[in-house]
Amino acid sequence: MAPKADTGAAVAVTSQVAGRLAGVALLCHSLGLQAGVLPDDRADALYHSYEGGGVEITGPSLMVLKKVGQNVAFNGNYYVDSISSASIDVITSGASAYAEDRNELSGGVDYMHGNSIMSLSYTNSSEDDYEANTASFGISMDMFGNMTTVSMGYARGWDTVMNNLDSAFARDADRQNYKLGLTQVITKDMLLELNYEGITDEGFLNNPYRSVRYLDPGGNSYSYEAEIYPNTRTSSALAVRSVYYLPYRAAVSGEYRFFTDTWGIDAHNVNIGYTHPLQGGWMLEGNYRYYTQNAADFYSDLFPFQGAQNFMARDKELSMFTSHTFGVKLSYDILKNGWRSIDKGTVNLAWDHILFDYENFRDLRVATPVPGDEPLYSFSADVVQLFVSVWF
Amino acid sequence: MCLRVCCLLLCALSLTGCSSIEPWVKPYERAHLADPIMNFDRDPVSGAYITHVYQAREAARGAEGGHGGGCGCN
Repeated sequence: MAPKADTGAAVAVTSQVAGRLAGVALLCHSLGLQAGVLPDDRADALYHSYEGGGVEITGPSLMVLKKVGQNVAFNGNYYVDSISSASIDVITSGASAYAEDRNELSGGVDYMHGNSIMSLSYTNSSEDDYEANTASFGISMDMFGNMTTVSMGYARGWDTVMNNLDSAFARDADRQNYKLGLTQVITKDMLLELNYEGITDEGFLNNPYRSVRYLDPGGNSYSYEAEIYPNTRTSSALAVRSVYYLPYRAAVSGEYRFFTDTWGIDAHNVNIGYTHPLQGGWMLEGNYRYYTQNAADFYSDLFPFQGAQNFMARDKELSMFTSHTFGVKLSYDILKNGWRSIDKGTVNLAWDHILFDYENFRDLRVATPVPGDEPLYSFSADVVQLFVSVWF
Repeated sequence: MCLRVCCLLLCALSLTGCSSIEPWVKPYERAHLADPIMNFDRDPVSGAYITHVYQAREAARGAEGGHGGGCGCN
């Protein structure tokens, strides 16, 4: 029985995070409207691969956008995460490496009326110990001679957290998202975008398997106890983005986002990108992203004694850390003259290399005479995407 | 009371301004803005995936963008 229990415990170490955020990630698309014009009919088939920190996640993402008449467009997306994990969380908890799948299905409809587009969408994400459902509504409108696009969105999520070690365990976590967006033409070569998003969570927000560590009496060893999170969280994020057309056919882009929440976390990220079309239908892109956050108020790598606080976390995603991403993407136009009902297509290969450096999360794989002297944890990850897009 | 009056004045001014705003980039000057390389979210499936990669590993969330639009190129 022990190996089975270990595997079960390990499963949720990352799956909880993935499932909880599934609906939110898809909102980017469901609310990502271009007012005054419906999206072009297109289909995308993407294979994704993430490898880093002992974790491998691969799978497909398939999407279709199709107009019906002049004013209505439907979209659907099928996404899979096939996870194989022997992460530091799994190893240091004494659990075995595990494998599991997360399946996500979403569908939506856009309706255009004049210069406005309204959208509705629904997403379901399913794992063996996490179920997430999200419904969203959005509206966007062009104004001032199509110089300005204003958008608003609302989403509601209903999640159920389960536990592979306890079949009777089931807790709810509800989520609401409020989005505001403004896209502005600045000059004939420059666009500016402002986005705000507020998110509120209520319910069981921590991982039922994860533990925190605390010093034993005497201070020469440590033990574990279950983590405890607050059952509410409210966050705000404000982002500004811009893209500029260079004198030759190329574009530079920049982004800054500020994030803050009621758990005491502040985060900043900046991103710069460059897009350069080449001869023969090729296009090359490069980008760099820097991210930094401080730790949650109730985070500690090592608590001084058992039950030291009302709320306790030792989740490295809530610790203080920075990351650097270096990305490159190559695209090639295919079917330049069309083929049957297909107008055009592209083949794309993207690679991102991410470096994570934790400032108060220690690597417990290294034993030291005194707890708390372990080296700080760091790792790198490679994210690869290969996808084909066709417009019809 | 003062705040309420200020808000009303701001609303009135903004509404007055709206009716007189002239697009300073004419439709025939938007060729560069209409170029696909200027799209904030040219590949929505890829963009949603990268957003998911970061959200699963960072505390920050939201305002990832992907709204596109605004160029008035339709």
